[in-house]
Amino acid sequence: MRYIPTTPEQREHMLRTIGVETIEELFTDIPAEVRLDRPLALRPALSDPEVLTALRALAERNGHADRLVCFLGAGAYDHFVPPAVWQLAGRGEFLTAYTPYQAELMQGELQAAYEYQTMVCELLAMDVANASMYDGASALAEAAVMARDLARRDRVVVSRAVHPEYRKVLRTYTEPLGIRIDEIGHTRGVTTTEDVRRALDTAAAAVIVQHPNFFGCLEDVQAMGEAAHSVGALLIVATADPLAFGLLRPPGALGADIVAAEGQPLGNHLNFGGPYLGIIATRREFVRRMPGRLVGATTDADGRRGFVLTLQTREQHIRRERATSNICTNEALNALAAAIYLSLMGPDGVRRVAESCARKAHYLRRRIAALDGFAIAFQAPTFHEFVVRTPRPADTVARALLREGFLGGLPLGSLYRGMRNHLLVSVTESRTREEMDRFVDALGRVGARRRRQAVVTVR
Amino acid sequence: MYPTDYRYSTEHEWAKVEDGRVRVGITKFAADRLSDIVYVELPPVGTEVSFMQPFGVVESVKAASDLYAPVSGKVVEVNDALKERPEIVGTDPHGEGWMIVVEPSDPSELEKLMDAAAYQKHIGEG
Repeated sequence: MRYIPTTPEQREHMLRTIGVETIEELFTDIPAEVRLDRPLALRPALSDPEVLTALRALAERNGHADRLVCFLGAGAYDHFVPPAVWQLAGRGEFLTAYTPYQAELMQGELQAAYEYQTMVCELLAMDVANASMYDGASALAEAAVMARDLARRDRVVVSRAVHPEYRKVLRTYTEPLGIRIDEIGHTRGVTTTEDVRRALDTAAAAVIVQHPNFFGCLEDVQAMGEAAHSVGALLIVATADPLAFGLLRPPGALGADIVAAEGQPLGNHLNFGGPYLGIIATRREFVRRMPGRLVGATTDADGRRGFVLTLQTREQHIRRERATSNICTNEALNALAAAIYLSLMGPDGVRRVAESCARKAHYLRRRIAALDGFAIAFQAPTFHEFVVRTPRPADTVARALLREGFLGGLPLGSLYRGMRNHLLVSVTESRTREEMDRFVDALGRVGARRRRQAVVTVR
Repeated sequence: MYPTDYRYSTEHEWAKVEDGRVRVGITKFAADRLSDIVYVELPPVGTEVSFMQPFGVVESVKAASDLYAPVSGKVVEVNDALKERPEIVGTDPHGEGWMIVVEPSDPSELEKLMDAAAYQKHIGEG
């Protein structure tokens, strides 16, 4: 098998056919001074085994969660993905299927999306979910646009305890649409209902809170929902890890009108940050403002059960500039993985994963709290993520931990003013007690180094 | 087929003057083109609409189309029956399938619209 597409004879033949003497003649439009007048200085070709060795060497320079012990979360979670998930999702029939343009030809793909939507609704206690968005951040931005259209108001209030990157995407999306974003601060790691009330008025389309929030703390979602509804605004709940609702009351039970969530934790690997899975779910009465596509079940002419794209008439390829949203595709494969994961786990499995995360995180939280020089920054209840106050700048601590084989968490200094000594630590069910104990020892050593230095400077 | 006391817009809305108010709907031609109508989105009473600007959406199994106001003014009535039974637009577009009633701010705008004969010519049925 040759990988060079043409022989010299074939090239000659082609040149003759188009009436050109040499290949160089095809480049006469390009000024001579910017043209390379010699062949490219490429190294001689490697054999297949040599290529694999070279690529492996490159790949091994990456630090990743299979090699390092991961306590890093902040929107991407190292949950265990049962091998069955990708054994099934990786089948050719699914892997090669693109977003359904001839939707009804792809009954398997549609049924998978339908099951995914159903399970997402069960997990979040919402009425309808779409067939998927790009990721949690863009789902949140779409939710804000939805709220603007539903409330016919142009102002959205968002808590700073919402993921900083989600808030950036929110601004990128909404600024050209003339939506005003007002941020409210957090108090000791949580958004207060008083602050929400103060920020809300009858010009506000929605208030956005993350639950559990970026710092891992639980928010009083229900009270914020009541505050929003009292002025005719919607409550949008963002969630970076929907598995939390294996344990916590789901947003639908707390008054959420729209939920925007990151679906990566549901059967999807970390994937170096993407592709991820955007989840958006809402109440039935808002379904026509929902972006993207909604798959529905119906019966065909012979009365057999089948699946269709129930809601896509408002998409941009039909409504152009007046479309409800300009999302052009979806994350069908990641949604499929989420559906397989949720069906493998079942409600009981999801609850057990959530419990395991919470128990382990609380064990680690207690151990770190007892460490000399370290403290837990916020006292509010947390699910599987919490902020640690470090004796040295958190990025120095994180670097020291990396040398010891740990992805130690996210330093918050570049994201929040006055949080240079704050590290966001996350614990999933994948972590063992032995790993957590080693992590605490490593933290202790990093902290002790600081105290020795302090003694030196006193002298 | 096309009532002679209605005025018609290029976007296939009809306007019927009733005691100084204007009842608005879509024409049979538009309803037939849309085929099965599954949803009609109308503005709440009190909304200000502008001449030939979108005031709502009619959605069929084929497409979602904007509805354009054939006259400027305030919406004083909305056909709530269409919420539950949008198919009325298809079966009786010039009657029971009406959409809104507008209190016009400038009734002379209606003169810019077509009469039944001109509209039928416009859609190639004249």
